[in-house]
Amino acid sequence: MTDATLAFAQGGSQHLAGTATIVHDGPASKRIVTGYGFWIFLLSDIIMFSCFFAAYAVLVGQTADGPHGSQLFDLRSVAAETGLLLLSSFTCGLASIAAGVRNERWFQAAMAATCVLGLAFLALEGREFASLVAQGAGPTRSAFLSSFFSLVGCHGMHVSAGILWLLTMMAQVFAKGFRADIQRRLLCFALFWHALDIIWVAVFSVVYLLGSAV
Amino acid sequence: MSDQLQQYHDHADLAPGDEEAGSIGSKLLGYVVGLGLAILLTATSFFIAGTNLVWQPSIPVAIIVLAIGQMGVHLVFFLHITTGADNTNNVLALAFGLLIVFLVIGGSLWIMSNLNHNMMPMDQIMQMQR
Repeated sequence: MTDATLAFAQGGSQHLAGTATIVHDGPASKRIVTGYGFWIFLLSDIIMFSCFFAAYAVLVGQTADGPHGSQLFDLRSVAAETGLLLLSSFTCGLASIAAGVRNERWFQAAMAATCVLGLAFLALEGREFASLVAQGAGPTRSAFLSSFFSLVGCHGMHVSAGILWLLTMMAQVFAKGFRADIQRRLLCFALFWHALDIIWVAVFSVVYLLGSAV
Repeated sequence: MSDQLQQYHDHADLAPGDEEAGSIGSKLLGYVVGLGLAILLTATSFFIAGTNLVWQPSIPVAIIVLAIGQMGVHLVFFLHITTGADNTNNVLALAFGLLIVFLVIGGSLWIMSNLNHNMMPMDQIMQMQR
């Protein structure tokens, strides 16, 4: 609110009774503009994932006499991956709270936990991919497996990029403290990490659970 | 008048991911509730996928519904995209994104199943090429 409107609100109430009050706050704060722009990016990233999901859904039956999902997927490992990513989303939330109150020790601890959980997720996913390739069910085996590897691998690439970003943010907070621009980057990072978890919900439901149930 | 201004100010926009002001305890509670609900929904989905207790054709529908519910939980408790008046821009952007997602996925499935349905069986195509 500008000073003029404030003075207006304090002094001019009887003067202005009955007129329409339109208050202009000026342009939105940089935090809102940055966050909103990043939100639009995330939505377009989700639209990109929807293309991979569409390709997977179209090609899921085209196994070229190769193995089906239900013969390949190990739901125990998928459940562990899901738990790791869910917990990492939670610790990322804790890091956001710590950044909000500018408590660096808790922030670094929560980010480190997020990083470890994310790396454990990637390790499990890497092990799963390696065992599929070793069974002769690599991405070249059938159209189904090509679309499976590109969908799940694309999510894994996002998680890897997220971990690099996470480490950068830990270093930036360590070196520069909770400056306003660093806080905006943290806001974007938290949005990115939570969005990855949302995409994983779609992946484990559509690819793994439907693939094993049907 | 000052009430109106105050009300207006309460409805200032929020960046996506930003929560309304509150104590650490209430923010923490939000994340704990979100985590609890997400774990509950995930566990239900994994249980349903492997059980014989329910009517089998209902399983895929149940898994999809649970997944959509869990995405909603993540949006509200982790990304703080809510239906509040201060969140309208964020929700509208999300709604447009979802429209495109449904067009892409639904459209692809519809077109491809229609093509599959109308395509000649593969052995006949092979014969025509000879």
